[in-house]
Amino acid sequence: MSKDNKMTGAEAVITALVENGVEVIFGYPGGAVLPLYDALFKNKKIKHVLVRHEQAAVHAAEGYARSTGKVGCVLVTSGPGATNAITGLTDALMDSVPIVCLSGQVPTHLIGTDAFQEADTTGISRPCTKHNYLVKNADLLCATVHEAFEIASSGRPGPVLIDLPKDIQLTNIQYIKKRTKINKILTTVLPQIDVEIISQAADLLINSKKPIIYAGGGVVNAGIEASNLLTELVNLLDAPVTLTLMGLGVVSNKNKNFLGMLGMHGTYEANLAMHNCDVMLNVGARFDDRVTGRLNAFAPKSKKIHIDIDKSSINKVVHVDFGIVGDCKEVLSLLIKEIKKSYNIKSIQSKSSWWNQINNWRAKNSLGFIQGATIIKPQQAIKSLYEKTIDKDTYVTTEVGQHQMWAAQYFGFSAPKHWMTSGGLGTMGYGLPSSVGVQIAHPKSLVIDISGEASFLMNMQELSTIVQYNLPIKIFILNNQWMGMVRQWQELNHGSRYSQSYTSSLPDFIMLAKSFGIKGLRVDDVSNLDATIDEMINTSGPVIADIRVEKEENCFPMIPSGAAHNEMILSSDDKVADTSESGLALV
Amino acid sequence: MSVYQNNEINEEETSRTLSLVVDNQPGTLARVIGLFSGRGYNIESLTVTEIDNRRHLSRISLVTRGTSMTIEQIKSQLLRIVPVHLVRDLTLEGPFIKSELALIKLVADGANRVEALRIAETFRARTLDVTLGSFVFELTGRPNKIDAFIGLMKSLGDIEISRTGVSAISRGDKTETKVLEQIKLT
Repeated sequence: MSKDNKMTGAEAVITALVENGVEVIFGYPGGAVLPLYDALFKNKKIKHVLVRHEQAAVHAAEGYARSTGKVGCVLVTSGPGATNAITGLTDALMDSVPIVCLSGQVPTHLIGTDAFQEADTTGISRPCTKHNYLVKNADLLCATVHEAFEIASSGRPGPVLIDLPKDIQLTNIQYIKKRTKINKILTTVLPQIDVEIISQAADLLINSKKPIIYAGGGVVNAGIEASNLLTELVNLLDAPVTLTLMGLGVVSNKNKNFLGMLGMHGTYEANLAMHNCDVMLNVGARFDDRVTGRLNAFAPKSKKIHIDIDKSSINKVVHVDFGIVGDCKEVLSLLIKEIKKSYNIKSIQSKSSWWNQINNWRAKNSLGFIQGATIIKPQQAIKSLYEKTIDKDTYVTTEVGQHQMWAAQYFGFSAPKHWMTSGGLGTMGYGLPSSVGVQIAHPKSLVIDISGEASFLMNMQELSTIVQYNLPIKIFILNNQWMGMVRQWQELNHGSRYSQSYTSSLPDFIMLAKSFGIKGLRVDDVSNLDATIDEMINTSGPVIADIRVEKEENCFPMIPSGAAHNEMILSSDDKVADTSESGLALV
Repeated sequence: MSVYQNNEINEEETSRTLSLVVDNQPGTLARVIGLFSGRGYNIESLTVTEIDNRRHLSRISLVTRGTSMTIEQIKSQLLRIVPVHLVRDLTLEGPFIKSELALIKLVADGANRVEALRIAETFRARTLDVTLGSFVFELTGRPNKIDAFIGLMKSLGDIEISRTGVSAISRGDKTETKVLEQIKLT
């Protein structure tokens, strides 16, 4: 900083980050961000985590953001730095994760000349960010950074990108502090919650004989209070509750009313309860196609209430009777108040026959599996991992595929923000870099990346990051030597023609671990599974655990593509009807 | 739309005129258009220009087609765009005025020139350019009036058309001033 209280644009950006509460930034340097890296070097308040690929920087920031509730911060260079970050930004947009991504850009006078490492970053990132900026006037730098944090974290959170030309980073400017209140109407100002609708929704829930509560990631984003309120509502109504992949943990898995996850690989009882309910309360979920199955047979006899902070989520794919736009926490608290107003045991419908029905579905034990004498079932691997870590403060990240579904099914979550997975975009390679962000945020906690061997290969360069920062992450690879979910769909829908889904030429994971100076473990016999998991957990540093599992195990239960909730298949022995022609076209 | 078949609501698509107030900054129009192309909605007409040079606000008048569910979705999605301040559905709100401007060049000779001038007078079109073999007419009004004029001109000779697209405003004494005053000066 010079004497007249001026500083370079780069210094101003870093100062603004500190003012917005940034403690950690995930990034990778390059020509167009050298001034920013220089400013970071001089500023001692922000810890920079050097990743090995820009996609991983965004995923790490996502892991950090999701496990803390803070905004994740990313710094990448122009051109390839920015284009590499695109997958991460799209992932954050789909899963509503607050991210601020700073990207370098060629100096303003070179923009449009196809300069070295120039890319139209704002153009490329426009559809995959909540908002983005190209700062061409250095005097707007501070205000832009402040606004970006506001936008990323308000309403439905999402990624915001700021493209920073190199000359702007070098211009001397006056630092401007964040105003306590941003005047501008940022996004939609949320409308006043309609009290009349709340009271109608409360009536509907009180009088329902077969209600179901279905909650998702919106409750996680609304904070721990929202989770507590949701649990209070579940207990108050004695209603069954099911959670989406994104929502796992917002109601404890130990709650007796919890039916498990719903949807394509959800439990039988959750999906059947959805199908047969008379009133459905959706809290912070978006009727994703993995959840609804065939829409014209989705919960056909139910009245639907939908609480969401994003108005465009309401009536997007499923028409609902009552749409309530608002923060889950506020709406739930109003709803509970309203229900308590007219609450007495008699007025709340008895649900004993509904629970009897649900318990009959539960008795099917849709997550049951038979563990043989030697070969490890992937389900057993997750189950044992859960049982061994149940008393620890454990955070789980996953990649995408069969292992992700098995983790969702067999690992229990008793609190929100402990489960980081790529839901909307389904990004293979998400889990490892994400676990970096989680472990940075929670250095004392046990962080496990439940992985598949194929997904692991997608971002395994991050092993180097893990070693550099000595992050004691446990990489738990369910190794079946297949892209398991692709293989499963080829088996079910494409006559077992396994086109390109075999993962050949795998590395020796123990040798790989060794080459990075960390511990590698392997197990292929179920009798050694527990000992291997113990050894993994008790190792103080990072571990790669190569869990050799049953190669052709399929993930069940399953709603085949294009089918409805009540057309689930529970195991390979079920007579699987050929997928309909329209179903084949679905993903 | 989801890839899963929708509860087929056999509702016909109708044309809707939307009026948006947005920040006049680079990228805003791209975001609006990107929303339509990315989500598979149609744009039938689009006009945009600055309407407030202190607050740097622009109006986008937009004509689109869809079922009422699609239109509601379009409106909600538009409101999610950060620099979009106001989305009004003029078709739904009540009576409104739609107007556009067209420039039409006609190359014709002989009696057709006389006929062209007579028709132009009937339509209250202005003649902006004359040569011995051509005219350029300027016409404003409702799109169907302009369609009719173009149809007639076509039969008189070779034509070239430039149209602005629809600009729209509600009838009556209601204005947006109060809402727009909440937007800070930049």
